[in-house]
Amino acid sequence: MNIAVCIKQVPDSDKVTIDRETNRLNRVGVPSVINPFDENALEMALQMKEQYGAKVTVITMGPPQAEQALREAISVGADEAILVTDRKFAGADTWATSYTLSMVVKKAGDFDLILFGKQAIDGDTAQVGPGVAHFLDIPVVTYVKEAEKTDTGYKVKRVTEEGYQIWEVDGTAAFTIVKEANTMRLPSLKGKMRAKSAPITTWGAEDIGAEDAKIGLNGSPTIVRKVFAPPIKTNRETIDNEDVTQAVKELVGKLKERKIL
Amino acid sequence: MSEIWIFAEQRDGVITKATLELLSEGQILADKSGYTLCAVLLSADDSDLLQLLYNYGAKKVYSAVDPKLSYYQNDYYAKVIADLVKENKPEIILYGATSVGRSLAPTVAVMVDAGLTADCTELDFDTEEMLLTQTRPAFGGNIMATILCPNHRPQMSTVRPNVFKKTEIGTKEKGEKIAVKADLSSIKDRMRMIEETHEESDAIDLSEAEIIVSGGRGVGSKENFAIIDALAKEIGAGVGASRATVDAEWIAHFHQVGQTGKTVCPKIYIACGISGAIQHLAGMQSSDLVIAVNKDPEAPIFGVADIGVVGDLHAIVPELTKQIKASKS
Repeated sequence: MNIAVCIKQVPDSDKVTIDRETNRLNRVGVPSVINPFDENALEMALQMKEQYGAKVTVITMGPPQAEQALREAISVGADEAILVTDRKFAGADTWATSYTLSMVVKKAGDFDLILFGKQAIDGDTAQVGPGVAHFLDIPVVTYVKEAEKTDTGYKVKRVTEEGYQIWEVDGTAAFTIVKEANTMRLPSLKGKMRAKSAPITTWGAEDIGAEDAKIGLNGSPTIVRKVFAPPIKTNRETIDNEDVTQAVKELVGKLKERKIL
Repeated sequence: MSEIWIFAEQRDGVITKATLELLSEGQILADKSGYTLCAVLLSADDSDLLQLLYNYGAKKVYSAVDPKLSYYQNDYYAKVIADLVKENKPEIILYGATSVGRSLAPTVAVMVDAGLTADCTELDFDTEEMLLTQTRPAFGGNIMATILCPNHRPQMSTVRPNVFKKTEIGTKEKGEKIAVKADLSSIKDRMRMIEETHEESDAIDLSEAEIIVSGGRGVGSKENFAIIDALAKEIGAGVGASRATVDAEWIAHFHQVGQTGKTVCPKIYIACGISGAIQHLAGMQSSDLVIAVNKDPEAPIFGVADIGVVGDLHAIVPELTKQIKASKS
């Protein structure tokens, strides 16, 4: 089995600065980690590797320092890693990112399964998994908690607002994985050693044969008009009364004022 | 005549509340832009669904009826909508940011080269540039971004449930049904749902809940969640939880609100014993009214609260349940 896991390096901290000139996020100097949901996708791949035997390839698109996320993935058991990096990719929205990753997957080899986290915690869009699947013309199931191989493809459990669905999918497929699926394992000492020296394949736009019009800002239908800090609530009312009955009376009064009760 | 489309999501033959909210917001955008408000409905049987869409302002409903469209199947749904888009060229399409909309819209976007903005909490129409302005939180709610899609059509957004109010225009509104001939035979049959389970059927779905009572580390134990449950039950609210309580296994992940849980947008969010880590705030700070109960007056949760109650939740929450109960009788 050949499994690809698409991961994204995201800022670890909530201290993200904005470049006021370009309205773009400045990620330099902010500590980075593997997107938490992508860890669940990676762990699912590693579990399938143990169960069925598989080669796990991690792929990321990002700045050169995204290599660190790939090394972390190798430390827990990924076999191969591909970094796709090029100044031309800068400013990509989810459309351009989906296209770019699909070109990487096509070049990287014949995969039986492509996994994604359900979304990235920086953008929260959840769009790239379905986007890549379409460019590859493979079925996609989102919000997957469990997946098993069958004779014809996969049987997966999908989480919905109301509960669960069981889906059968034929052939090569893409899944986006939820947090409830698992918890990523810790790296072994051996894994850490391997991660230090493992080769990382690095490709640019030309290597993957991407059309300039479909990558980076050029390939992005959406643009950011402005970025701003969320409005702060300034008219907060505080109830601080040691007498619980009175405090709650005050609260109930305020709720009645607002016609909530 | 240019059109605004609302993806009319039906589950088990019932139009979702999120759809009605979108129609109401779509009506406002239609008034500003002069575009016609339309709905797109995919179902196995539309006979009981059309009138409701008209009543919420849809002038036209593009309706594709086929047994294969009874539930959301990405290949079928995306193809039908993409074909309709290519033929009718709508200016705008809005989807609910549900497990369906958030999966379907990205596929349609790449099929028709549309721009897509996820999880919007505010929409407006710029009449000078004739563009939809789409505002959404990013980076866990630390920043807001306004997104435009200047050169591609349609402009598509998924919109968080509960952000907009639903307003019925009338009960016998007239609309036009456009019967869509969906050609599904050309689509590979490569995925199918074989089973569906509605778990926790007595638990209220947080993403659509109007009121949520949430417990945090301050609740103290699994058993103590009973006081949160009791208040929720009294006011018909869903039960939410912080990550700490889920990690401690006091409550199932189903209830988790925050960056790695659910993003919720209720009318009222009552945070009990939740300190307000940024990851939690990310999931709830667009709620209309936030009430926080915490014994630490410095807790960050008070920074996003409209009403802050400083005190011990173990005393306050049961008292609140009691007083609400009393005020009802």
